[in-house]
Amino acid sequence: MRRYFERKLLIYLLTFFLAVSIDWLIPRFMPGNPVQGMIARANLQAEAAKMIYNYYMQAFGLNTPIWRQYLNFWIAIFHGDFGTSIWLFPEPVIKIIKDAVPFDILLLLPAILGSWYAGNHFGAFAARSKWLDNTILPIGYILTATPYMWLGILLAWALGIVVHVFPFSGAYSLTMLPSFSWSFIWSLAVHWVLPFMSLFLVMFGGWAIGMRNMIIYELEADYSHYLEALGAPRRLVRRYAFDNAVLPQITGLALQLGVIVAGALVTEIVFAYPGIGYLILQAIQNEDYFLLQGCFLFIIIGVLLANFAIDVAYVLVDPRTRMGMQGEG
Amino acid sequence: MEAVTEPKKGNEILFFALRNTKLRVGLAIILFFVVLAIIGPHLAKYKPNEFAGAQTHPPSLQYWFGTTSFGNDVFSQFAYGLGAAFEVGILGGGLGTLIGLLVGFLAGYRGGLIDEFLNMLTNIVLVIPALMVLLIIAVYLRARGVLIESIFIGCFNWPWTARAVRAQTFSLRTREFVDLARMSARKPLQIIATEIAPNMMSYLLLVFILQFGGAILTAATLDFIGLGPTNVTSLGLMMNNAVIYGALILGLWWWFIPPGIAITAIVGALYVTNVGLDEAFNPKLREM
Repeated sequence: MRRYFERKLLIYLLTFFLAVSIDWLIPRFMPGNPVQGMIARANLQAEAAKMIYNYYMQAFGLNTPIWRQYLNFWIAIFHGDFGTSIWLFPEPVIKIIKDAVPFDILLLLPAILGSWYAGNHFGAFAARSKWLDNTILPIGYILTATPYMWLGILLAWALGIVVHVFPFSGAYSLTMLPSFSWSFIWSLAVHWVLPFMSLFLVMFGGWAIGMRNMIIYELEADYSHYLEALGAPRRLVRRYAFDNAVLPQITGLALQLGVIVAGALVTEIVFAYPGIGYLILQAIQNEDYFLLQGCFLFIIIGVLLANFAIDVAYVLVDPRTRMGMQGEG
Repeated sequence: MEAVTEPKKGNEILFFALRNTKLRVGLAIILFFVVLAIIGPHLAKYKPNEFAGAQTHPPSLQYWFGTTSFGNDVFSQFAYGLGAAFEVGILGGGLGTLIGLLVGFLAGYRGGLIDEFLNMLTNIVLVIPALMVLLIIAVYLRARGVLIESIFIGCFNWPWTARAVRAQTFSLRTREFVDLARMSARKPLQIIATEIAPNMMSYLLLVFILQFGGAILTAATLDFIGLGPTNVTSLGLMMNNAVIYGALILGLWWWFIPPGIAITAIVGALYVTNVGLDEAFNPKLREM
């Protein structure tokens, strides 16, 4: 087990190193000088522009040698300093991200865990029952093939505009200020429903299909037949099959994280939900590469943490990894 | 001897393949959209970005899928977008499969240090969300075409394929027929191509189908953010424009429903075909 975690940790550290290096490149290799762009928008006189240009180059630390900038970047990261946003100048990037992260957690955690749990149980339930297999599983295929943004658009249109049931823009009513009052929490909840639903449904389809296909293999395995031959009740056989089939689904969750990040990004864009995904869109549109840099780094850290949590869960669920009988790549 | 048994096995798979409802339905849907992508642009009366005459016009005989708020014909955008989607699927999915195969075969067959290194690389690329990297590349490139988009999608969607192929190669390389080939001093690449790959043919087909669908979805996501090809219409871009220019609030459902239906139907049909093929190839899964 120690070897298993050591390997994983090494991969995560290397990934982190690589990701931070890519991240560092972002504002430096993007077309156009962001500082120049900002000054051009301010419409200053040539002399004033030059002075301000020098000031900002200093402020963003862009006038030191390249290797020094790279080193400084690492030092800054460990101090939680992600630079200053250009879009919302002089707001620090870390503060903008800090304001967005709670919305991501609020939206993603229930959607990912809920759909995984519900999808697995439903898929196991539907497998080998002719009626369910033929009626509901096609729906699963449709759901998992649906682009996240399209389901979001459809839900916003159907439940937000045609039938006025849920609001479809923002995380809370624009007339309110965040506070600990019932009316604010209520507003938060109704704004949460549609983005949650569109994320949940697409993922649910994928997990249900995955589990259904996996458990069919398990039900055909020797141990299942042996149990059946012994006269074990159907429920017991299924439980054993489920315990085995759920392992690849845990690995699958780790494999799917990238797709989920992409899905969350476009869902937040459709619903103007102020999470990191929405920030990324703003950063791209406003050519705020420091904000983009911060968001990228934050997503990498989030994905790495999630991967690690999944590794721990895998060890807890599969006794074989604990005994060191097998190591997952 | 071989000549007698080979076609028989092929016939058997074909027999089960044709009997399989999932496979038939899936292939029929894909075929329908392929045909539409080919003849659609010829049927369209307008160019995708041409002013067609009426703005926000609902579907009618003149404008089959209605018009956008700029007066563009939705059907012609849709027809051209379909073609772009298939292009990305074939190029991006093909490249993803190819890289995945190379890495998987090499790691699985060679083992040792090469395996360690490739495995590490696979895991690293796997953890970094592909879309984030694609996004940065897309922002960096001011002018983008379908080809560029496909190449980059292929370059970041291969890890799971490499993993799966590696595991399969691992189990195949210790078989006797592979040992025999090795003893007869054949080159590793030859052994992979003639002994290992043919034994995974059915599996490779399934992998390509999944890569194909994945590439279409990734491309749609990129296009939706507005970072897709800059020179052609795509289905994702249609949805992007629909959202930005208020199709939702104006109730122009004909603008955003067709592109979504097409992507869902194509990708869904690919998945269903995949399962159908799996059942045809794998006797254990055939329904009795």
